[in-house]
Amino acid sequence: MARTLAPVVAVERSANEARAARRDRLAGAAFTLPALIWILIFFAAPLVLMAYFSFTPLSPTGGRGAIGLGNYRAFFAESAYVEALWNSVVTTAIVVVLSLLLAYPFAFAIATKVPRSWQRLALAVAILPFWTSYVVRSYAWLLALSPSGVINWTLHALGVTHHPLMLAYNPGATILGFVHFFIMLNTLTIYANLVQINPRYVLAARDLGAGAWRSFLTITLPLSIPGVMVGAFLTVVLCIGDYVTPQILGGFRELLLPQVIMMQIQRQLDLPMASTMSLLMTIVVAIVYLAMQRWLRMARL
Amino acid sequence: MIRFFSRYFGTALATLYMLACYAFIFLPVGVLVLFSFQDGRLPVPPFHGPTLAWYGRALGNDRLMAGLGNSLIVGAVSSALSVLLGFLAAYGIARYIFPGRRALQAFLVLPLAVSYLLIGMGLLVTLSAFGLSPSLEMVVVGHVVINMPLAFAIVLAQLGEHQRRMEWAARDLGASTARILLTIVVPLIAPALIAAFCLCFTLSWDEFLISFLVTRFDVTLPVVIWTMLRGGLNPQTNAVGSIIFAGSILLVATVEALLFGKRRA
Repeated sequence: MARTLAPVVAVERSANEARAARRDRLAGAAFTLPALIWILIFFAAPLVLMAYFSFTPLSPTGGRGAIGLGNYRAFFAESAYVEALWNSVVTTAIVVVLSLLLAYPFAFAIATKVPRSWQRLALAVAILPFWTSYVVRSYAWLLALSPSGVINWTLHALGVTHHPLMLAYNPGATILGFVHFFIMLNTLTIYANLVQINPRYVLAARDLGAGAWRSFLTITLPLSIPGVMVGAFLTVVLCIGDYVTPQILGGFRELLLPQVIMMQIQRQLDLPMASTMSLLMTIVVAIVYLAMQRWLRMARL
Repeated sequence: MIRFFSRYFGTALATLYMLACYAFIFLPVGVLVLFSFQDGRLPVPPFHGPTLAWYGRALGNDRLMAGLGNSLIVGAVSSALSVLLGFLAAYGIARYIFPGRRALQAFLVLPLAVSYLLIGMGLLVTLSAFGLSPSLEMVVVGHVVINMPLAFAIVLAQLGEHQRRMEWAARDLGASTARILLTIVVPLIAPALIAAFCLCFTLSWDEFLISFLVTRFDVTLPVVIWTMLRGGLNPQTNAVGSIIFAGSILLVATVEALLFGKRRA
């Protein structure tokens, strides 16, 4: 009896499963649809439109010109623009290196020297100023760096300097503002990676006679590279596209690409050129992403 | 003996380095908050006071308060939309198997890897292409683009297997999908939903660049502060900055308590 019925049950079950699978497909798609549509209309489509804009330069009379590479040619022909792109790349590179070098020992100290139950608090306090408004954060640095600000005041009171130093309104101040922000970000990503490393690896190495430095260099450091790379990539994305920090702290001698983009929008009213510049910036980020992809995939933060 | 000293030395060095880092990280915020209580016209040393006068001025400043009101509305609406859309998408991806699921998941979080400048530029170009005028509604749209992927990721991480059994049980007992969502899924992951809302809100009411690009007359708080900065150093700006800082800390502490507080206990 059971034997004769088995195929019928199996057929019925597979029909049920097929129905369930179809229902799954429809329902799954229905649930994700609103989010998908939002991202398509307000994220993907605008980017496509921007690309189209970038290929249709404004003609000298003010109307839209023919489709072509005119804007891209114009960008690379104008030395001020290329210089801004270069400044942005160099500034970002310096910021990435400095903030990683400063954040790594900090994250390492929190992960190894602070008692386990206090680590979360130590980390939360370390990233607390992260939550100030980022316009206000740059302004706060301006306060500290200004000729009559806290730093100059302290230096003067200690007798180190006699005249106030010009600390703000230069590329160094921009880098300082950036590094301050990205130390917090990188401490977070590096710490998250360090605590995932199995402590037994290091113990095993120590047991086999490796010194503290050797076990760090051959075990901890290589295993923490994914966290370092995630931090580095986030730093690149957020740093190269930031307008506020250089605009408030950097002065006007050395402009970064986002400042030039905003000038195109506000002064030249040349949206196609601004689109071209934004896309070139994105291409730089994409190249960085491709170069770092190997490590970014490894990191499951 | 040497070993003992080197270890002692290492710990001392690490402690010193950590203190230096904390000092560096807190320097600007410390200066900001301290001189918001300055009894004088300039927020620079020497410190006089404390006084709450600048807080009074800030709270009596119509433009600031209008900006604050706009920011609260934009933050609330965009965060609610972000959490709603993010939740639905996360539920669809976690509970149903359909082709292209992984690709869709990757696509939905793509805006997280793009700078705000690019998103703002895209919206500005769209406004211009369709002859629309800048507005607060566009800020809401932009903030949903940047925050929905975040809400989606947070909710997706919290939709675990143990809730799934309860959903099956409810379905067996004849509950409709809508009823399961409202009476089982939402209550079970309510902490994650609230945490996602708070985080989206913090990021939204802080966001400058997109708001700056797609608004003109009716603007959000960060844009008002931006225009105030042209007037130079002013304790009133310190006071506003301190208020925003306090508000954000409150929201982040809520997130922390909701997402991680229970697990530790």
